[in-house]
Amino acid sequence: MTRWIGTVEHLGITRLRGPLLVVRDVHGVGWDESATVRTPDGRVRNGLVLSVDRDLAVVQVFEGTDGVGVEGTSVVFAGESTHVPVGEGWLGRVCNGRGAPIDGGPPVAGVRRAPVSGRPLNPTRREPPSEPVLTGVSAIDALTTLVRGQKLPVFSVAGLPHLELATQIAAQSTVRDAPFAVVFAGMGLTHPDVAAVRDALAERSARGELVMLLNTADDPVVERILTPRIALTVAEHLAFECGRHVLVVMADMTSYAEAVREVSADREEIPGRRAYPGYLYSDLASLYERCGRIRGVAGSVTLVPVLTMPGGDITHPVPDLTGYITEGQVVLSTAAHGSGIYPPVDPLGSLSRLMRKGAGSGRTREDHLDVAAQVMSCLSRARHVRELADLIGEEALSGTDRAYLAFAEDVERRVLSQRPDETRQIDETLDLCWRALSLLPRRELTMLAEDALARRYVARTGG
Amino acid sequence: MVAVTAGTAIEGRVVKVSGSLVEVEGLPGAVISEVVALGRVGLLGEIVAVADGVFTVQAYEDTGGLAPGATVAALGRPLSAALGPHLLGGVFDGLLRPLSEAGEWLEPGAGAGPGDTLRWRFTPTAAPGADLAAGEAVGTLDGDGPFALLVTVPPDLPPGVPLAVESVVPAGEYAADETLAVIGGRPVTMATSWPVRRPRPFRARVDEVAALHTGQRVLDLVQPIARGSTASVPGGFGTGKTMLLQQIAKWCDADVIVYVGCGERGNEMADIVEELQSLVDPRSGRPLRLRTVVIANTSNMPMMAREASIYTGVTVAEYFRDMGLHAVVIADSTSRWAEALREFASRRGALPAEEGYPAGLASALAAFYERAGDVRTLGGGRGSVTIIGAVSPPGGDMTEPVTAHTQRFVRATWMLDRDLAYARHYPAVAWEGSFSRDAGALAGWYARNGDPTWGRRRARMGSLLAESDRLASLAELVGEGAMPGSERVVLLAGRLLRDCVLRQSALSPNDGFCSAAKGAALVDAVLAVVDRCQSLIEAGVPATRIEEADLGALVRAAEATGPADAEGVAARRDTVLAELETLS
Repeated sequence: MTRWIGTVEHLGITRLRGPLLVVRDVHGVGWDESATVRTPDGRVRNGLVLSVDRDLAVVQVFEGTDGVGVEGTSVVFAGESTHVPVGEGWLGRVCNGRGAPIDGGPPVAGVRRAPVSGRPLNPTRREPPSEPVLTGVSAIDALTTLVRGQKLPVFSVAGLPHLELATQIAAQSTVRDAPFAVVFAGMGLTHPDVAAVRDALAERSARGELVMLLNTADDPVVERILTPRIALTVAEHLAFECGRHVLVVMADMTSYAEAVREVSADREEIPGRRAYPGYLYSDLASLYERCGRIRGVAGSVTLVPVLTMPGGDITHPVPDLTGYITEGQVVLSTAAHGSGIYPPVDPLGSLSRLMRKGAGSGRTREDHLDVAAQVMSCLSRARHVRELADLIGEEALSGTDRAYLAFAEDVERRVLSQRPDETRQIDETLDLCWRALSLLPRRELTMLAEDALARRYVARTGG
Repeated sequence: MVAVTAGTAIEGRVVKVSGSLVEVEGLPGAVISEVVALGRVGLLGEIVAVADGVFTVQAYEDTGGLAPGATVAALGRPLSAALGPHLLGGVFDGLLRPLSEAGEWLEPGAGAGPGDTLRWRFTPTAAPGADLAAGEAVGTLDGDGPFALLVTVPPDLPPGVPLAVESVVPAGEYAADETLAVIGGRPVTMATSWPVRRPRPFRARVDEVAALHTGQRVLDLVQPIARGSTASVPGGFGTGKTMLLQQIAKWCDADVIVYVGCGERGNEMADIVEELQSLVDPRSGRPLRLRTVVIANTSNMPMMAREASIYTGVTVAEYFRDMGLHAVVIADSTSRWAEALREFASRRGALPAEEGYPAGLASALAAFYERAGDVRTLGGGRGSVTIIGAVSPPGGDMTEPVTAHTQRFVRATWMLDRDLAYARHYPAVAWEGSFSRDAGALAGWYARNGDPTWGRRRARMGSLLAESDRLASLAELVGEGAMPGSERVVLLAGRLLRDCVLRQSALSPNDGFCSAAKGAALVDAVLAVVDRCQSLIEAGVPATRIEEADLGALVRAAEATGPADAEGVAARRDTVLAELETLS
């Protein structure tokens, strides 16, 4: 059963349907193997074996089967799963969702090739995340600190500036003391969006710190399944072999999940909730779980997936399953956007589960965790006060309650709000938090240590 | 083409591969549930169906690259767990292969056996010439673990039938696979193997109950469970499921914890392993890790091994139970296990029942939870397996099949509430919606064990919380100021119970674990303060003055006093009562 890998051309195509193509008379072709499809006009497309049954192979064609016919089309199997070159040659490049250059440069060369599906990282070799990635965005740095090796998604709604926020994070983020790189994977973006992203990230790209993979909304849907996998494969190499801390920003995961659903429907699988396949959780996990750190290895992969909740519904399968896998979430709110706050983060709905490991003394600042806890707790109280005020009127509130309203207003206007091109240092962010807290009477600040209060609390209250 | 490996193995051929579903031909003697090795690297799979000479195999590893024509060997045994003293302190995959022996990146087919360099000290308790039956002790082991482990006669022999001890080795250090004794013609070693889908036998279930103390007040005081009982923890994402389960794994008073991370986060597994290593068991003074077996099947590891990992976990717990130990299985999350069932059923083309799950979901869940129990072992000891399973309802929908069916089969449910979590009230166990069917029997157990007021305290707490919730919804309509003083004190009581008792900081060294005595003291302190407030209202003191009184000493009592410091709590109660005296 000898095979000359890459040389046998199979011509026996028996079926075409959506992105799927069935070839007969194949021998020794394995599941998950990569394939190239050549049409009579000389165009070459890439595919993947979805199942093999005796001498039949079902191939999923990433570019779709438009213009593919039964006659004259040939399929060649690669004898291995889909691979991409990996290496530092990716830095500074702009490519489409399949990794082909769109910046006018030559194809990306790598030091070696790696399978895009990756391999699961042995959980016993993982190092628990413990240092921050500073995004320069106060709402995230102060209240939901991003930690190296964490996966922290942004949950948004159509119409909100989540792509601006994602781009801002990609443009500004740093780790203070080590080599850093960003991989930006755009999925299903519109052309104006792509232009905006390329524009905002041009500077970082020119510095050779950025890899851009951009799949547009009119690119083949199935290609979107490949985009995040290429991004993560490139990132893993930059992190674990080149020792960089790599931030991977993936937007929009909802478009990715829709591509998964489309392929699943073509495969005639039993649909699960909202017609997404039952394995969507595992599929998303196979991406999100590729972040992390390895014991004894310098780099890290940190993930910020961005997704839009269809109809603002957080129980929709995409945000829901994402929330089950990721370590917290940053939620954007239409109400905050409506009142002109950028970034429109809802601090009470947001959470970074690993924050207590990545912030505080020796990492950000010694008072950070207490300040964040105090701000959150006071915001929660302020929310109740606001509801009460709606009921009974603001005049009927006690003095303390009015101080809470002033505090919440100050947090929204001065701490959470910033310009899309403004990088705030963590010290400045925390000082702004202290300014807001100083609007409250000192007795309300029960979560702050006495010495911190003595150093930083300057009463701004009337009484 | 490929050399026949073992002389006895049957050789077949792969004919179809679709993800974890593999079809095989040419295994004439193979039986359902038999394990097969697929292809050159020997990917493990299990035969689940036969039709017209075609065997359907559920593969436990990534089948990438597996092609029709690849060879298949039937291994002549069902899916089994390699059991032994090496399990304590280790981290394993879903098929119980040690992960510490595997590389950085997990490759399929790269299964390692238990480390064979370790040796344990064996002390025989039976002499040649004695008669022993299945499950009875041959000797004890002093390994790394904090408890005496037993080496027993294999439990698969007919129970109660005496077998002659032919020989026993003298006390000394032995490896896991060395013969320690020959009994009824069979060698007995420390390392044994057991088919994971078959419950290990025991003599009888025990009727009387004993509390499993978890160290988490909302569980121990409101919705307690007994040893050998079952509990489910349903909760949407962000409600603190994993945090609560990890707290139980760290602090509950069992001898052995089997922590099954089933389709969950890799970082979390790394975190719990590191924490267990650094934390000290207050009862034995050794690292908590030495009483823990971690089975890690993270969400990016092969999906079908999730299906096996649940059974592997409970088999490990039964193994320790049969030594007369109390084991707790924590499965996070059973929903991911059910998803693996669904995924494979759908690949097989099985008729979907509710939400695509196979029709057998309910019976599979029931059979799993039924493996819990407080039992008299074959060896005559008393051991237990308690099962605590997390459930991750999609969209927080508590009516979805896994959540709904699980609640029918468990003794307790700790429902995690999104609103509580949103208000950063952890553990976010809702007092409404949760239940414990063990509470009645446990009230009797507490009464016999020195806390006769346990049942009354729980009832009083329950009614105060319910009453305060009812009044709180009223207060939202009319404003708290418009309510009579006695009702405002009930609202205050609800707040105090929530903040002083039910809320517990997992991160605080003082509060992460709470002894039974301190928990009782905290409730008693709140109730005493509430009673005093009511009497002040009756004496004509305005409710506003009571609400403005400084109850800080009580609110901070849990954090400020040591984990078992009931006296410290009582002292703070007296401070607050004295403060209230100044109002009268």
